[in-house]
Amino acid sequence: MDRAEVDTTIRKLAEPFNKKGVAITETTTFAADLEFDSLTVMDFVAEIEDEFDVIISMNQQAEIENYGQLVDAVHKLQAN
Amino acid sequence: MSEGTIQPDRPQVRTGDTPDLFSKFDPVIAMREGLLASGVEDPFSLVMEKVLSPTRAICNGRETILLGTYNYMGMTFDPDVVEAGKQALADFGSGTTGSRVLNGTYQGHRDVEDALREFYDMDHAMVFSTGYQANLGIISTIAGKGDYIVLDIDSHASIWDGCKLGDAEIVPFKHNDIEAMEKRLRRIPEGAGKLVILEGVYSMLGDIAPLAEMVAVAKKYGAMVLVDEAHSMGFIGDNGRGVVEQAGVMDDVDFIIGTFSKSVGTVGGFCVSNHPKFEILRLVCRPYVFTASLPPSVVATASTSIRKLMQGSNKRAHLWENSKTLHQGLKDLGFQLGTDTAQSAIVAVIMPDLERGAGMWEALINEGLYVNLARPPATPANMTLLRCSLCAEHSEEEVHTILGMFERAGKAVGII
Repeated sequence: MDRAEVDTTIRKLAEPFNKKGVAITETTTFAADLEFDSLTVMDFVAEIEDEFDVIISMNQQAEIENYGQLVDAVHKLQAN
Repeated sequence: MSEGTIQPDRPQVRTGDTPDLFSKFDPVIAMREGLLASGVEDPFSLVMEKVLSPTRAICNGRETILLGTYNYMGMTFDPDVVEAGKQALADFGSGTTGSRVLNGTYQGHRDVEDALREFYDMDHAMVFSTGYQANLGIISTIAGKGDYIVLDIDSHASIWDGCKLGDAEIVPFKHNDIEAMEKRLRRIPEGAGKLVILEGVYSMLGDIAPLAEMVAVAKKYGAMVLVDEAHSMGFIGDNGRGVVEQAGVMDDVDFIIGTFSKSVGTVGGFCVSNHPKFEILRLVCRPYVFTASLPPSVVATASTSIRKLMQGSNKRAHLWENSKTLHQGLKDLGFQLGTDTAQSAIVAVIMPDLERGAGMWEALINEGLYVNLARPPATPANMTLLRCSLCAEHSEEEVHTILGMFERAGKAVGII
């Protein structure tokens, strides 16, 4: 799957969690812009992990602050 | 906690635009001030002026029934336990002033490890200065760089801190969800070391883990399994060895973590295991090495208590009766509880919000009943809970008195 396809899939998974309908760009942050709390993060990450059959450990999550970084990370993980 | 926040602010003058390191606590300070401004008594600054028994104390001048301690088996005033502590204090002094690996291992430390080996019928036992340090030490030491820790999202703070102290990859799964756990184990890269961390009883809602199924899945993927049995020791299982015993998986679990600060009735933590190389941890586990060992009186009370808990089947049966009576009674009164049936000695009453939770807590303390008020972030799903934990020394009559108190307080605060 190329980066654009990964982006499309994640964007779709993010929809139900994006309660305020924030327009998501590469630089949209999960904590400040989307206001995800720790429980939302867990559910969102679980959906992505199941969809792509990957593990995004908490160590990796700590490095991901915005949407673009998430797409990059998942793109790299599913390519392996 | 309270002294600090009732002092007037004395702002420090900092050079340039360096931020105040305490700014990060502003939301907690605001939440606390908001709560106290509503006029309720501070639930987090209760002082017990006198402790009368495992189930009674004088709190703020009132005689109070204790329903929020972890004194499950009521060992704190057991005459044999108290006597053992006095004797050790007289014979060995007030403290060891040293690490277990230097001058801090006395006869009593060896003896309490023997008592644990007997209690669990396992080969090795290692005693830490607190339960928190047992998790911190074992987890951070055995799971290193490149290894994976798969753990329940509702794990205790000491487990999370153990993960944070080590270098392993941390992979949480949804609470008690066997399928979610299996998926994560399946995805771990080949050749990586795996540690699954579970708890027998989860202390916030008082629910237990489906250990028979979970341990079987963990073993299928070749993972080592660590189970924290802090809230079940002495009570759950035919010999009080915990949910692992009740679920019949004692032989498949690699490490059991426990504490002396609950059923045992003092303070300290431990890990028991049958791993043939277990003893090496005494040299490589930093939270074990770089701290002073427990005082001789503490280990003496602990070993006496542990050996008495082996004969505690009558008390275990009575504690189950108490737990079931309280659970059913609160349910019948219309309270929302953390579990459908009593699964442990913890009965969690779910409050609609922190404000009414604090109101209910205050109404109960005025009735003469102490319970724990638990709030986020300690609680799952941001719940406010009134956590009741029973003791084998509560009488049947006392449990009914407690239910009456809950009924009056619940109606006064408008929760039922």
